[in-house]
Amino acid sequence: MSKSMTGARMVVQALIDQGVDTVFGYPGGAVLPIYDEIFQQNSIKHVLVRHEQGAVHAAEGYARSTGKPGVALVTSGPGATNAVTGLTDALMDSIPIIVLTGQVPTFMIGSDAFQECDTVGITRPCTKHNWLVKETDKLAAVMHEAFHIATSGRPGPVVIDIPKDVQFATGKYTEARQVETHYNPQVKGDMEMITELAIAMETAKRPLFYTGGGVINSGPAASQLLRELVAATGFPITSTLMGLGSYPASGDNWLGMLGMHGLYEANMAMHDCDLMINIGARFDDRITGRLDAFSPGSKKAHIDIDASSINKVIPVDIPILGDVAHVLEDLLNVWKSRGRKTNKESVQKWWHQINDWRKVDCLSFEQQGKVIKPQYALSRLEALTKKHDRYITTEVGQHQMWAAQYLGFEDPNRWMTSGGLGTMGYGFPASIGVQMGHPDALVINVAGEASWLMNMQELGTAMQYNLPVKQFILNNERLGMVRQWQELLHGERYSSSWSESLPDFVKLAEAFGAKGILCSDPADLDDAIMEMLNHDGPVLFDCLVEKHENCYPMIPSGKPHNEMLLRDSVDVGKAIKSDGAVMV
Amino acid sequence: MSPLKIKKGATSHSAYDLRPTFSDKEERHTLAVLVENEPGVLSRVIGLFAGRGYNIDSLTVAEVDHLGHRSRITIVTTGTPQIIVQIKAQLGRFVDVHAVNDLTVEGPSVERELALFKVSGLGNDRIEAIRLADIFRASVVDSTLESFVFEITGTPEKIDAFADLMRPLGLQEIARTGVAALSRGAVA
Ligand SMILES: Cc1ncc(C[n+]2csc(CCOP(=O)(O)OP(=O)(O)O)c2C)c(N)n1
Ligand SMILES: [Mg+2]
Repeated sequence: MSKSMTGARMVVQALIDQGVDTVFGYPGGAVLPIYDEIFQQNSIKHVLVRHEQGAVHAAEGYARSTGKPGVALVTSGPGATNAVTGLTDALMDSIPIIVLTGQVPTFMIGSDAFQECDTVGITRPCTKHNWLVKETDKLAAVMHEAFHIATSGRPGPVVIDIPKDVQFATGKYTEARQVETHYNPQVKGDMEMITELAIAMETAKRPLFYTGGGVINSGPAASQLLRELVAATGFPITSTLMGLGSYPASGDNWLGMLGMHGLYEANMAMHDCDLMINIGARFDDRITGRLDAFSPGSKKAHIDIDASSINKVIPVDIPILGDVAHVLEDLLNVWKSRGRKTNKESVQKWWHQINDWRKVDCLSFEQQGKVIKPQYALSRLEALTKKHDRYITTEVGQHQMWAAQYLGFEDPNRWMTSGGLGTMGYGFPASIGVQMGHPDALVINVAGEASWLMNMQELGTAMQYNLPVKQFILNNERLGMVRQWQELLHGERYSSSWSESLPDFVKLAEAFGAKGILCSDPADLDDAIMEMLNHDGPVLFDCLVEKHENCYPMIPSGKPHNEMLLRDSVDVGKAIKSDGAVMV
Repeated sequence: MSPLKIKKGATSHSAYDLRPTFSDKEERHTLAVLVENEPGVLSRVIGLFAGRGYNIDSLTVAEVDHLGHRSRITIVTTGTPQIIVQIKAQLGRFVDVHAVNDLTVEGPSVERELALFKVSGLGNDRIEAIRLADIFRASVVDSTLESFVFEITGTPEKIDAFADLMRPLGLQEIARTGVAALSRGAVA
């Protein structure tokens, strides 16, 4: 016999049954019955954010760092619309989150009631799936199905819109094991294709693994298998922004990140390889650069859980639909059983070529004078935090790219950044979500001053829950990435890319009761970072850096991989032609 | 997380033919999409076409299995082979889509469309209209002394041809249902 209970009770019961321990949310009229239930239990912690966008990014940070789905709870109307950016962000980066929204009572839907909006209509294009639940009897089943859908196949955000009368009414609670679903994405790859890839690996002269967020999403086993495969074959490996950490940065075969601001050796290897093995990446435009000149001489294999990612922009020779861990396991077995062959001599030559590219030392910089270079700040942060149990989030801009270049990630789920959507304001709330999932870990948000201000209200949340998140702000007093593009594309006309009227970040921190640290002298940097690390509580670190530093290497829009800009030069302003300038 | 029961025979939202045949030539394809009959599903499908810039030449939708709660959406679309493969894969991602079939490539199929034509005229035009209607096996479903409403079924091409002939004869209005299509043979 299934139990009877109110809809509001069902929501909390289903969350408990799904193993949820933390919910990020913000109350309002349309979710009061659920908040009342949350008040009367102790299994689930509720974190009161200061803006619904913060709740969704926090849920994303929690999900990405724990591998478990994140949950957010918001009210109808403005609560739901404030969640839209986070939902879109999670959709683009394939992050499993469940967002519960309150709705006006069913009998008022469509009447332009107070705080009514068409939540399922608004969120349809920015969710993997969504539901408006009009009957209490169906609520529990939808809740359980929502977790299944958010986490299986290609993960993503889901929304459950729950009218207030449905929360008040009593209905039958359905257990998860009673719920039937037809959604069952294919996880095993086609053996014929996998064998074809194994054969291609045996003969390849210039092979390259190109990995992405799919490896992380597939779970720790996928990263483990990837490491085994790289070690066994000896092939070089590069990764997208989303996939950092699946192969350790300290690993011998690591070429560093690829793409628009990727490393010289990684991009050159992409351009010149003869076998590209894409594992859980999606040939994003930040990666491919100019399509008709993308890795012209390579045979391409693509392992992806989502059929629509295969052949979307780049036609591939060996498509393998399936979950990364499942496919890698089969691939390893096939390759081993065929005798563990590789074209050793040619691969050796390939490594010589790669090592020559490495000599360019594209990330080198010189810290001179009294102004901190952002690259130097991150190198010191890396050196001083490397040994910690460390999680990094970022905002969006130059600082994000420098963080990806200068910080090393040894394990998956340690790097949380808004890749697909590029959402300024992501990093701070995400760091709160990460810290909730890992109370004892060191959590640092590498931020730009402009991005950080977009969700700075969350300092209140960090204080209230005593979350010692470190906000490491590379303050160039500029919308740095915008300024860089204006320098390269718009004749150095810096239209609105100044951060005017910035707050005194130390005083701002203190106004919330947090610790503020200002550092402007390279000689003080190490001590200041240590002070940040040693403080048990949230810290706002205002690191004043070089204002007009550009982020390199850079593949200018419309250019192929082998036409990277490595540093400032007189020609930089002419690097992007008009056909490239239309791209973002 | 607690696992759910996966229904027997659940479609494993899988690849179609992943082997591409890339050419730049636009092709016309008829897709049959079997969906859960739920509010929002049509909006999702149309939103996909609008949001990603695909063409809809014709679209019909109706419930086909009341007990099973299934509707069938028939979409006629044009695009390069790469786009057609994308459209099918994107449709296949939706949670409430059970199956996507490309009737244009998956063996022979029949396509029919129903249309109503209002034609008004007197004298010779009127006589010519009814004579042509007879040749096209269109039937008269309404008539006044100066007008007819014809009902015609056939392929979209046949209906186009009928429209071309009616135009000089006093064509007032056309209502078309869009294409309904099924594969030939004994099995679904
Ligand atoms: C919400 C949002 N609005 C606008 C942008 C466009 N944008 C990308 S980077 C950037 C500047 C970011 O400045 P800051 O946070 O200071 O980082 P910096 O580049 O200076 O390191 C802007 C405005 C964006 N990515 N997100
Ligand atoms: Mg800045």
